[in-house]
Amino acid sequence: MAFWIASSPHNHNQTETSALMRLVIYALLPGILTQWYFFGWGNVIHISLAITTALFCEFIALSLRSKSNTKKLSNQIFDGSAILTAILLGICLPAVAPWWISIIGAAFAILVVKQLYGGLGNNPFNPAMAAYVMLLISFPIQMTSWLPPLTLINIDLGFANTLTTIFTGFTSDGYSVEQLKTNIDGFTMATPLDTLKTNVGQGYIISEIVQGRIFSNNSSTSLGLSLGWEWINIAFLAGGLILIAKKAIAWQSPLSFLLSLFVCSFIAYTISPDSSASTLFHWLSGGCMLGAFFILTDPVTGATSAKGRLIIGALAGLLVYLIRTFGGYPDGVAFAILLCNMAAPLVDQYTRPRTYGHDVEKVSISEAKPIKQGEVK
Amino acid sequence: MKSIIERIKQNKFWQFHGGIHPPEQKTLTSDKPIRQLPLPKQLILPLQQHIGRQGDLLVKVGDKVLKGQALTQSKNPMAVPIHAPTSGIVSAIKKSVIAHPSGLSELCIFIDVDYEDTWQPRKICQDFSKLSQQEIIKKIADSGIAGMGGAGFPTHIKVNTKPDINFLVINAAECEPYITADDLLMCEQSEAIVDGIKILDQLLNPAFILIGIEANKPRAIKALQHATKNIEKINVCVLPTKYPTGGEKQLIKILTGIEVNSGTLPIHSSIVVQNVATCFAISDAIINDIPLIKRVVTVTGQALNKPQNVWALLGTPVSHLLEQTGFSSEENTSASNLPITSSPVIMGGPLMGFSVLNELVPIVKTSNCILAPRRTEMPSAFDGNSNEVECIRCGQCSDVCPSQLLPQELQWSAKAKDHQQLIKLNLFDCIDCGACAYVCPSQIPLVQYYRVAKAEIRQQQQLDIKSEKAKVRFEARKLRLEKEKIAREEKHKKAAASRKATMNKKSSDGGTASSAVAAALARVKAKKLANNKENESSASNDEVELKEESALPSSPNEVQDEKSEVKAAIARAKAKRLAKNKVSPPAEQTTAGEIKKVETSSNNADDDKKIRIDAAVAKAKAKAKANKEHVIEDQPLTSIEDEIEVSPQAEDKKARIAAAVAKAKAKAVAKKEQAKQLKSTNKESE
Repeated sequence: MAFWIASSPHNHNQTETSALMRLVIYALLPGILTQWYFFGWGNVIHISLAITTALFCEFIALSLRSKSNTKKLSNQIFDGSAILTAILLGICLPAVAPWWISIIGAAFAILVVKQLYGGLGNNPFNPAMAAYVMLLISFPIQMTSWLPPLTLINIDLGFANTLTTIFTGFTSDGYSVEQLKTNIDGFTMATPLDTLKTNVGQGYIISEIVQGRIFSNNSSTSLGLSLGWEWINIAFLAGGLILIAKKAIAWQSPLSFLLSLFVCSFIAYTISPDSSASTLFHWLSGGCMLGAFFILTDPVTGATSAKGRLIIGALAGLLVYLIRTFGGYPDGVAFAILLCNMAAPLVDQYTRPRTYGHDVEKVSISEAKPIKQGEVK
Repeated sequence: MKSIIERIKQNKFWQFHGGIHPPEQKTLTSDKPIRQLPLPKQLILPLQQHIGRQGDLLVKVGDKVLKGQALTQSKNPMAVPIHAPTSGIVSAIKKSVIAHPSGLSELCIFIDVDYEDTWQPRKICQDFSKLSQQEIIKKIADSGIAGMGGAGFPTHIKVNTKPDINFLVINAAECEPYITADDLLMCEQSEAIVDGIKILDQLLNPAFILIGIEANKPRAIKALQHATKNIEKINVCVLPTKYPTGGEKQLIKILTGIEVNSGTLPIHSSIVVQNVATCFAISDAIINDIPLIKRVVTVTGQALNKPQNVWALLGTPVSHLLEQTGFSSEENTSASNLPITSSPVIMGGPLMGFSVLNELVPIVKTSNCILAPRRTEMPSAFDGNSNEVECIRCGQCSDVCPSQLLPQELQWSAKAKDHQQLIKLNLFDCIDCGACAYVCPSQIPLVQYYRVAKAEIRQQQQLDIKSEKAKVRFEARKLRLEKEKIAREEKHKKAAASRKATMNKKSSDGGTASSAVAAALARVKAKKLANNKENESSASNDEVELKEESALPSSPNEVQDEKSEVKAAIARAKAKRLAKNKVSPPAEQTTAGEIKKVETSSNNADDDKKIRIDAAVAKAKAKAKANKEHVIEDQPLTSIEDEIEVSPQAEDKKARIAAAVAKAKAKAVAKKEQAKQLKSTNKESE
């Protein structure tokens, strides 16, 4: 018999944080694959660079801190949180951004946003989003040189070419990033969201704008919303639904986010149908689904109670719509999420659930839900 | 009420928030009958096996006890007696490790079993319906019955309430995994349990009796339904299996929809909850006159060869139970980073039980299970809580909490020792069920943090109460001391005033007592002075006269009668002496004349002012004389002292007091003179 004192409970359902992180990474794979199909190897290379940098930075930070705790270093580094942050950042970057963008971004995300605030579980802002915003503001040209989908590029962009572009800024044939972005007519192609915004500003109406090749390309696989991006968003949506089914994330945040985007675009459509894009366009363009299912649901930076999550999701949806329509940047998901991270502690404070036995008069008997008679086995 | 009853009849129950579904593992023991064990060699009976106080000992070392004999008793209602589970001899009464998570030792009675199992005489009660309420409660109290569901609250206090309550709830849920003690008891002894319920019915007269039982006990449900089919009042309510349905507050909510207000007892909502095992013990006690001496214990776990429910006598050491069920300890061979070297043994279920510190820990009234798991069966029992990672705020803990708390926030505040925030977050509503720690992906031992925090807060509250009391005492003491000081001062003032009054009382010759004393003193003083100052010139007296006139304005400083009278008397005596020695007639005559004037006027107590003025004049004269004489610095002081010492022999106590006062005053005067002389010498040396 062992003679030590242990505290109950002695049983455990054997879930682990690292298992949770792994599940989220698996759910991201469909989206990454779709992105690779439409935009080539660029993002995959960025993801790899980011993962390497992130693990290295995590190793440095945890070694410095390991004097005080006794847990094994390898367990902590490979618990999946740093890898997840790096993957999210890699997905968000433009395909042919220079190599140092992802390295700086990953280092900032791990060292400053996560470890400086206390490590796992203590960061107030989502590291990937904070790093993305830092890069966007510091290196605007590199971060806004989005490539159009591969089908629209005239120059052949294989793996080797992508690699050289990322590391040197030019393809092996000598084409620059700018030239990659230009189509046959000589116009530089921007993302669908960007195109929509500028053209609406120039006075075109929606139905004219969406005729552009960047939106549909008249191909059989296009949904007519935003070429390439729509399928990527659908893939992320699928991954997110898998996570909800496995109870890895809470359903309140994504649902209220999408719902509030719907409400905002609906209101805008009723006011002026010719210059507001449809809800489905908003849902399936930019980083909407990625943000809804993978970033807004990050447990560390989101709200804790169910009511709180609904409020945060609604706030995020509203902010995304406002930034997309009235703001300076084409896609406002990153900014909206950071603002919601800021608001989460306050929302938590005001949405605490009622404890058993307190304020009993407010709960009437009719509120209690009946259950079926217990079945006798 | 009506709506509640209607819903119960339709089997539409309520539900509570949260709850978990751990693997039940009840099949290890649920299909075997309850086994009778052979008697152990020794029984260890802690004096306190319940919430409350321990009773007073009735036996001593060496006594022979019979089965069922009371070993302790007490008049205190919170004390529950213990009884000898079998016959034997009391071999020791000393501290031993008790069945508590802390592993502390408390006083226990050791009984060496004589294997004869002789009962003490018992009286069977044929019809308990004839007993009065008081008799039943007394019988329950004397039989040592405490809540056997795990808490151990004295039953006689719980049922000692006004009859006509709303609900009597019988807790047959047994929601914790592995435990099947109540299940088997209901299968085998359902009639006795229903007898116990009838006794409670007679005591409390509830409007409704509800037996809450989980759906995973089909045989027990059938047995109970059969035993109660003729009693309208009793409803057997089958509930879905969820942990912790068996918690008192959760069970009340499920069956009646009523939430017991935080900090109050169910009886305040007119509900009483009793465990089925307690009902069985009540029926045994009232009908068969058997006190609480044994209980059903589930001995289970995959480290045992023959896991089974057993009838265990109270006080049986855990080692005996493990032996009888074939316990084989696992040896740790290869894994080197695990701190545990052999199998743990848990008293209670996996979620609320505590690990047993050594094999001598006895079975008590609240022990319902002994669990001996294998490493593969329950790996976390072997870990020692070493896998804790940071909280990632996933929120699964608050999803499962039956008290609707926020374990995440409680954990942050508990780690930060923020007691205010913990109380605000309702830490004391936590029922220690362990559901939050069960689901936590970061494997944080949440319940451990809450237990420590609760203990710290309680300790702090005790200290605060003590310091409040100490503060009140201190304030009272301060007040008292001040009052005493003021009273003392009053007394002194009064005494001084009365002294003064007697001193100032006029004596027969027209002068006051104080003046007579002063006169005597002065005479002595003057004698000394005159002896020292025979060679004084008239010129000095003229100067003195001039000085006197200029010194007059400063005289009003002399206010006290004593001072002036003393000075006047000194002057008088001096003048007399001078006159006797016939030195410098004119000056002396003037001084004598003046002094005579002073004398005559001093006899008349009405001319105080005159006396004062004359006294001042005389004082100034004397001062001037003293200043002239550089040599005689110390002598006036000592001479005055000598003169004063001579005088007391003829005077009474009051004179002595006055003399002391005069001495002090003269000292002050002399000191002033010294200072002045020093000053003048300094000036001259410059």
